[in-house]
Amino acid sequence: MQPNDLDRIAQQIRLRDLQAVFEAGAGHIGGEMSAIDILAALYFRVLRIWPDQPKHPDRDRFVLSKGHVALALYVTLAKRGFIPEEEVATFLKPHSRLNGHPNCNKVPGVETNTGPLGHGLPVAVGMAKAAKLTGAAYRTYVLTGDGEMQEGSNWEAIASAAQFGLDNLTLVIDHNRFQQGASLKDTNNLAPFPAKLEAFGWDVTEINGNAMDEIVPALEKRGSRPHCIVAHTNKGHGISFMQDKVDWHHKVPSAEQYQIAVAELSEAL
Amino acid sequence: MNAITPSAKLHDCRDAFVAVLERLGADNPKIVAVCNDSVGSSKLGGFKARWPERLVNVGIAEQALVGVGAGLANGGLLPFVCGAACFLTGRSLEQIKADIAYSNANVKLIGISSGMAYGELGPTHHSIEDFAWTRVLPNLPVVAPCDSIETAAAVEWAASYDGPVFLRLSRVGVPDLLPTGHIFELGKANLLRDGDAITLIANGTITHRMVKAAAILAEQGIEARVLNMATVRPIDVAAVVAAARDTGAILTAEEHSTFGGLGSAIAEVVVAEAPVPMKILGVPGIFAPTGSAEFLLDEFGMAPAAIAETAIALIARKSSRT
Repeated sequence: MQPNDLDRIAQQIRLRDLQAVFEAGAGHIGGEMSAIDILAALYFRVLRIWPDQPKHPDRDRFVLSKGHVALALYVTLAKRGFIPEEEVATFLKPHSRLNGHPNCNKVPGVETNTGPLGHGLPVAVGMAKAAKLTGAAYRTYVLTGDGEMQEGSNWEAIASAAQFGLDNLTLVIDHNRFQQGASLKDTNNLAPFPAKLEAFGWDVTEINGNAMDEIVPALEKRGSRPHCIVAHTNKGHGISFMQDKVDWHHKVPSAEQYQIAVAELSEAL
Repeated sequence: MNAITPSAKLHDCRDAFVAVLERLGADNPKIVAVCNDSVGSSKLGGFKARWPERLVNVGIAEQALVGVGAGLANGGLLPFVCGAACFLTGRSLEQIKADIAYSNANVKLIGISSGMAYGELGPTHHSIEDFAWTRVLPNLPVVAPCDSIETAAAVEWAASYDGPVFLRLSRVGVPDLLPTGHIFELGKANLLRDGDAITLIANGTITHRMVKAAAILAEQGIEARVLNMATVRPIDVAAVVAAARDTGAILTAEEHSTFGGLGSAIAEVVVAEAPVPMKILGVPGIFAPTGSAEFLLDEFGMAPAAIAETAIALIARKSSRT
């Protein structure tokens, strides 16, 4: 699948995500919009996966460590055939499989339960290490938020990944520069990330994380060390009034705002 | 039945753990050991010598320890994640909740040197909260074997059980109590001595103290039932209810806080199913003073003679009710 097609898919995922947030009256729309291009590239180009065999031992692993953007993952999994597309409408409804954070024992395609931040990367290190021990060819990808990198557990895992020589592991940091209550810069500013990761023994690639022609080559890059992609993204990407506004971490659009957002995303299709 | 007699020789249950782990590991290449620098204290030196690549040492990093364990299981391996119980459960409790229990990862958590085992090292190293922290988590059996025989049997069982397990081991020497060839059954207490005056229930390093207390009581003509209840979750409801109905009083003792552990789990059953006089012995909700493990257990009323005295007082409460 080529970048143009992936862009179209990403916009379709954005539209469905927006609609589900509006209808459910909840979600983490800012961080969903920033991450969706990366999810589209992974699920429609990069990952070796078989939606009808979600536990296939040779599948590539993807861990959504920023579990609060579960909705974006559900829409992507539905579009890719892991769950019925109509099921997205059950998001957050009583007894729906589609909780506010992904559940690997209920939703096919989810590898491990996330929600508390700083959990996905250590688990992904274990997955990549298992492949090294068993000789499996699968690769492991994990997506974290930039604010999430404040969790110390990530740095335990970063050190372990380098020690174990996990060249089969790719960490993508969704660097949208905002966390729940303020900007990263005004909270606990870990940026710039590259020198820190390099100092731990990782390869680092910086990209525009909302540009498909940069995302795909970065995800497909192979080296001899664990790989971190620092993906510069925009919180609320694709919806003008949300973009780079801290308020839109988990705000829900009004009916009027919803119409504007739908129009903008539809135009981009 | 004939009462169980504790062996004269004391055993460090870690030896039984690694002996079984290595035996199983020889047949099953999926078994890996994961540790947080604790190669020595978890007695994984032999495992490391045989299969250096299968010992995954994350260094002094307990959050990664548990998270990496979950990932190894996702990749098709059978990880035994080993660390001092105080750090394994306390430092990584959220990883145990989210990555292991909620994700239902097939990971065996091996808490070493639990309870008061680190004695003089003080309350930072005492693991007397771990039953309380772990037994509230769905999907996670919590097991504290009483001797080297039960430890070996429980490790064997854990390896074949498809799901997470928390196995709570000690480093304090204990006599063997259970018969050779004992097979571990999850959620099933073992009757070590029968009687009708009271039931004494314990697990881990305290069970042999209960057996000795029962012998003291017998010298005074008081026949106590003694149950070894290694499984804290799921608790053996039938054995607890039978104990209450048959003996009318229950005394529990554990190498744990009196809040939230084995005694609490039993009390939850007693209150709901068969209320009888009951007392919970353990660390009485304080940070312990300086002392060896054995000293502290005695200090908190768990010397066999003190247990016997407490039992007699409890039996008196039973008769005053009628």
